[in-house]
Amino acid sequence: MATDVNEFVINADEVIARAKERGESELLISKKQEALDKIESLEMPKPDKTKLNRWDFFTAAQPVTDSSVYGSLEELPEAVRNLLDIEHTKNIYVQHNNTPAYLQVSDELLDKGVIIENIIEASANHPELVEKYFMTDGVRVDEHKLAAFHTAMLNGGLFVYVPKNVQIEDPVQMVVLHDDEKASLFNHVLIVADEGSELTYVENYLSGVDKSEEQVNIVSEVIAKDNAKVKYGAVDFLAEGFTGYINRRGVTGRDADIDWALGLMNDSHVIYDNTTYLIGDNSQSDLKIVVVGRGEQKMNFTSQIIHYGKDTNGHILKHGVMKDAASSIFNGVGLIKHGATRSDAQQESRVLMLSEKARGDANPILLIDEDDVTAGHAASVGRVDPIQLFYLMSRGISQKEAERLVIHGFLDPVVRALPIESVKNQLREVIEMKVLSK
Amino acid sequence: MASVLEIKDLHVEIDGKEILKGVNLTLKQGEIHAVMGPNGTGKSTLAQAIMGHPRYEVTGGEVLLDGESVLDMEVDERAQAGLFLGMQYPSEISGVTNSDFLRSAINAQREEGDEINLMQFIKKLDKNMNYLEMDLDMSTRYLNEGFSGGEKKRNEILQLMMLEPKFGILDEIDSGLDIDALKVVSKGINGLRGDDFGALIITHYQRLLNYITPDNVHVMMQGRVVKSGGKELAERLENEGYDWIKEELGIEDETIGADA
Repeated sequence: MATDVNEFVINADEVIARAKERGESELLISKKQEALDKIESLEMPKPDKTKLNRWDFFTAAQPVTDSSVYGSLEELPEAVRNLLDIEHTKNIYVQHNNTPAYLQVSDELLDKGVIIENIIEASANHPELVEKYFMTDGVRVDEHKLAAFHTAMLNGGLFVYVPKNVQIEDPVQMVVLHDDEKASLFNHVLIVADEGSELTYVENYLSGVDKSEEQVNIVSEVIAKDNAKVKYGAVDFLAEGFTGYINRRGVTGRDADIDWALGLMNDSHVIYDNTTYLIGDNSQSDLKIVVVGRGEQKMNFTSQIIHYGKDTNGHILKHGVMKDAASSIFNGVGLIKHGATRSDAQQESRVLMLSEKARGDANPILLIDEDDVTAGHAASVGRVDPIQLFYLMSRGISQKEAERLVIHGFLDPVVRALPIESVKNQLREVIEMKVLSK
Repeated sequence: MASVLEIKDLHVEIDGKEILKGVNLTLKQGEIHAVMGPNGTGKSTLAQAIMGHPRYEVTGGEVLLDGESVLDMEVDERAQAGLFLGMQYPSEISGVTNSDFLRSAINAQREEGDEINLMQFIKKLDKNMNYLEMDLDMSTRYLNEGFSGGEKKRNEILQLMMLEPKFGILDEIDSGLDIDALKVVSKGINGLRGDDFGALIITHYQRLLNYITPDNVHVMMQGRVVKSGGKELAERLENEGYDWIKEELGIEDETIGADA
């Protein structure tokens, strides 16, 4: 029965009452109210080639799940500690389900005026700053129904502000541990890198339970002001069963860079949207995505770089491995607006399929409304090359090991781009585990 | 005791077309054999079939290594048994560094828990790369990716020197090499010459044999070995070409399918 599951009823009064009860800021409550006022009239997003009418994005058992906090890095669960380079970790926020569970920021950064706070507190402590950037230039509250639902249900996340000309050398890391089957993640990450600043940020989502039928509806916004440089790394590895909508968006000022390195390893059905608006002249974005799909999961990866400014460069590189009966759509869009002269839009999507039932579809799209530009795309969907396997095996390497080498090699260009060594290693381990699992 | 590789009445098809029509050849450790012949006579097919290339189907005959059937083995087992194929067109493997690959290959031949010590490995690698006049940074580059033709061939010889197989089968290892690279590749092969190494060198240029003196020379035509002899055979081929053999054997067209 093809029931349309996007129809739902959200109790606006309950949402607002809960936000007030939890002491959320006026700013946040007003944003939630705005989302609730508009949600009924908004459309669902329409990711190309994936129909969403059977996806249940709205049923959440618990709007908020409170969990334990941690007194020190040593108290963190092992799974979290493994993601950290404990000796060198200076700036970290740990979220346990929906509870801000641990925060450490170096004095040096605090002295320089850097703000690293959970988004709910930050919206109370720095309302002008948060209001200026929260769901304005990046993702709008009324962009579509899922964005509005995200806003209304927002229950966690992080705010990072780097003041003008402050360069943060040590990475800022966020780890979100999901270990309650009933918990949904409506996380919002807002990163504002002011003029001339630099930031490396890495986030990890991980599960402590095997399965959860709840919601993941995450929005990240990165605002890189003039001449700011942001490196954004992520490893998402949540369990199966969730319905997921994950939107990471960037906006660049003049001469600004936003580089993304994303390991999208969630085991659930997820719609991923990664869009960067290259607004300022001479700004650029490099988007690298690596994906392993397994089981029966369905995923859609829409990656866009939209060029508004002159001399902007946007490069997209996506490598995916699909096994079992996993299926995925890779939509890559390079869009050059009129006036964005001398811009360069390049993209490459490669999908490797490891089983007969796996599906992969790579759709490169270039939309160009300007003459003086360069653009290119490459896409392929295929299987492990038997001649490559023969070559490796002719040196005594077993078929299994040869396949492993080819797959690792295939994914490595993205893994290498992750900025933190321990996270890189974690991603390699996750890939290994997912590829080898039966 | 010296190992022996025996090829007996080997028949091989590719896409249903018979390429090898009964090849016989015996190679002992300590010997270097050259397989010569014009293009399209089955030389490369012989090399690929011995190693187990997936596109080549053996339809008859056998290949024995010290009496054991090589054709019953998987490709990796053939390598572990002591065979090595230096390829004409080595694959490029992105994301896997040359040195990681070599270490995996060496360890694949050793027992678990007896992996090669890292320092030992690096010493051996550096020594062999210097011997082959290779840039040391090639060990950290991805396997064959972006290598020039000459670099790929040197890299094949490097693998041969690192893995020290019983038998090296070298498929047109000289094609596309300039004279300096040819000398280096020959030096690598000559360095391995000895009682515990045998080689089957496949070439259609006599040039390589100026640097590597073969003990035996075989000429292939129409998917068979049609003439064998000592190094003087190679010299005669250099001076007189192949026509005299064709005349002697009454062959008009030496390529495969011509006699069908």
